[in-house]
Amino acid sequence: MILELLISAFLVIAGVFGLVGSFGLIKLSDRMARLHAPTKATTLGVGGVLIASMLYFSFSAGDFSFHELMVTLFLFLTAPITAHYIAKSHIHRHLEPKDLPDTETDRGWASFEDAADHDPAHDQIDRRRFVPQGASRNGVADGSTQ
Amino acid sequence: MITYALYFAFTCFGAAFLCNLYRIVSAPGVADRILALDTLVINSIALLTLFGILENTQTYFVVAIIVAMVGFVSTVAYCRYMLRGDIIE
Repeated sequence: MILELLISAFLVIAGVFGLVGSFGLIKLSDRMARLHAPTKATTLGVGGVLIASMLYFSFSAGDFSFHELMVTLFLFLTAPITAHYIAKSHIHRHLEPKDLPDTETDRGWASFEDAADHDPAHDQIDRRRFVPQGASRNGVADGSTQ
Repeated sequence: MITYALYFAFTCFGAAFLCNLYRIVSAPGVADRILALDTLVINSIALLTLFGILENTQTYFVVAIIVAMVGFVSTVAYCRYMLRGDIIE
């Protein structure tokens, strides 16, 4: 009885999370904000379904196995990678270097490094990225007094 | 009770699936379309697992693993094509 309650609770919570994740994909206004809903909420929803499945097959059918945890682990590992790639392709196609915050290092954003070599509009990034001749980042090579 | 919870979860993930299909059709950019396709794959994994519980069989679980792997690889390949213009350089 308690087990049934637990499995049902997992299924209901997982369903709500899955629906919220996919609805957020339509509802949210900014593209970077839209990236959050599916990669977080939907992954949690699928994780809930898989844990419910594991509990069901462990106790109802009698054969305990960690198969479902494997898929959960796989999804939790791959979701950040896909989110990172989608964000990178969004930056690559739709944003300019001036739209992004400063990296606070000598180098600009890695997504624009190839484009900066060919496009004169990105000169500002170039100057920040390339250390001038004779000046080194730690001030040793040219003997300057920092 | 599990049956009713299953039907509720089926309804939720089915509605999520429809949301994703709508998003694939009406995406404002390529990144959104990739994101919608990736979410579609994840929702289909959930639906397959739910169907496995409903039918009381472990067979659909193997399908879910394969769909998860193929979905991840295809999303990364699509993004990489958007980024570099090539998949394997």
